[in-house]
Amino acid sequence: MGIKPAFADRITDRVIIVIMLVLIIVTAYPLLYVILASISDGAKMMAHSGILLAPYGFHLDAYVKVLNNPGIWRGYFNTFTIVAASLLVNMSVTSLTAYVLSRKGVFWNKTFIGIILFTMFFNGGLIPFYLVVKGTGLMNSLWSLIIPFSINTFNLIIMRTAFMAVPDSLEESATIDGANHLTIFWRIVLPLSRPTLAVMAFYYMVEKWNAWFYASLFLKDRDLFPLQLVLREILISNSTDSLLGSVDLVSAVELSESIKYATIVVATIPILCVFPFIQRYFVKGVMIGAVKG
Amino acid sequence: MQMRNKMSVRQFLLKDLLRNKLLYIMMLPALAYYILFQYGPMYGAIIAFKEYSPAVGIWKSEWVGLANFQDFFSGFYFWRIFKNTLLISLYTILFEFPAPIILALLINELRSKKFKSFVQSVTYMPYFISLIVICGIVKDFTNSGGVINQLFTYIGGDGNAMLQNPAYFRPIYISSEIWQRFGWESIIYLAALSGIGQEQYEAAKIDGAGRWRQMLAVTIPGLMPTIMVLFILRMGNLFNIGFEKIILLYNSAIYDTADVISSYVYRKGLLEFDWSFSTAVGLFNSVINLVLLLLANQISRKISENSLW
Repeated sequence: MGIKPAFADRITDRVIIVIMLVLIIVTAYPLLYVILASISDGAKMMAHSGILLAPYGFHLDAYVKVLNNPGIWRGYFNTFTIVAASLLVNMSVTSLTAYVLSRKGVFWNKTFIGIILFTMFFNGGLIPFYLVVKGTGLMNSLWSLIIPFSINTFNLIIMRTAFMAVPDSLEESATIDGANHLTIFWRIVLPLSRPTLAVMAFYYMVEKWNAWFYASLFLKDRDLFPLQLVLREILISNSTDSLLGSVDLVSAVELSESIKYATIVVATIPILCVFPFIQRYFVKGVMIGAVKG
Repeated sequence: MQMRNKMSVRQFLLKDLLRNKLLYIMMLPALAYYILFQYGPMYGAIIAFKEYSPAVGIWKSEWVGLANFQDFFSGFYFWRIFKNTLLISLYTILFEFPAPIILALLINELRSKKFKSFVQSVTYMPYFISLIVICGIVKDFTNSGGVINQLFTYIGGDGNAMLQNPAYFRPIYISSEIWQRFGWESIIYLAALSGIGQEQYEAAKIDGAGRWRQMLAVTIPGLMPTIMVLFILRMGNLFNIGFEKIILLYNSAIYDTADVISSYVYRKGLLEFDWSFSTAVGLFNSVINLVLLLLANQISRKISENSLW
């Protein structure tokens, strides 16, 4: 009797591990496929169908093509500009606001919170938003992707929850020492909320790096297109013409499959590189704070 | 007396304003943002009751009452997009909602810490990949000769591009949603699991409960409040399906199953420039969302004493 459960337990363990391995394979395979296809021989990739377990040779032609393409670099540059400027705007506006809303004894705070929360449940809709942005005259400039998205209300609430968790005693003693709100904000609240700030910055970064829809709406000038819009042309509209340039037609067609995948790799790697640095903050704190907030 | 009361309110407000002057200044950028970009569009939504013409602007456009709404309700596409939105939502709840719960339960049963964090890292990853890339991969895999298409021919697929066939849109949409989100969404359940006291498991063990019994008697009841709150919130978002993924995946051949309210708003308004009509459809959708969410929140508060606000 004493041995049986342990044996059954070990079987259960094995079964769970097998299920997990299957899950991992299914989840990771599409990404693996992309990498394998991107380094494969273009001609063989064209003829290939179905599952790919190993690359056809090792070719970097597609990457050379992608990296030699001015459109990709311009996309990169625009995306970097948007991400950098957005981080500055988003993080400063969100944290300042979260600080104010986390203070006690501010008469208008209840009203502010009401005004802000309401927007999580109701909005004017896509067309009126478009008309408002158009009215501001920001259209066809990168600012149109930054200013109208200054705050993500969900992030604001998470940040406010984190700021409220900073012990009052610290702030009180700082006040006695003559510190004003800006000093408390900068010297006490921000440094003590570093993990939350890191995660918030990452959320904003991912959001901006991956955003494409409003760019397609607000930008007319192709030179301003962020990376995702360049990607859309290649992946969704299936047009690699802009990337191929002067290659002859046969090799152009052959390369286009690998080029698609090389482009995906080039556009996705940066964000996945940041991820491991942020990961340790995720489970602890932030999500819990969000639920209880 | 009346006079004095008013004065004191005013004095109080003035005092508050002076005392918290710096805080109110810090609040200004956010206020400007919310008023302009959140409440501005709400005001702009009045064009749903007008015949908006860009030449004369929002205010001077002619009032038409409920004409745009009547057009929509009696229109040919009303039931199609209503049904599609509801069905995609319901199937998502049926298939996608349980996925992260199951994953969290499985991860919870793993003994090796290293393997645990490896599983988590791999399953989180798709969440951070851009929608464009996800949809590009989905299109490619379901195209004739693509991985999924090829596998599907073994069980009776015809090998044609699957996204040209209306019958496949929902399964493709929902399974790609599961793939992208289940790992990330499991975090919240894992956090809830870590909150279950170890002593409950010890007590169950003493009572002779095996692993399976422990999961049924301790783990799942411990997760229930989180599951309930998230489920109710999800129900509140029943009619809230974003258009971005839809418009990247669909094409006119599969509008019958793929076109939802939000994608219809996008197409009508921004591709066909039917501003007022499309705003009316969007407003209708927003109002439904608001009502459902308020309802969901009420129910959540009643059942679990948990609510959003």
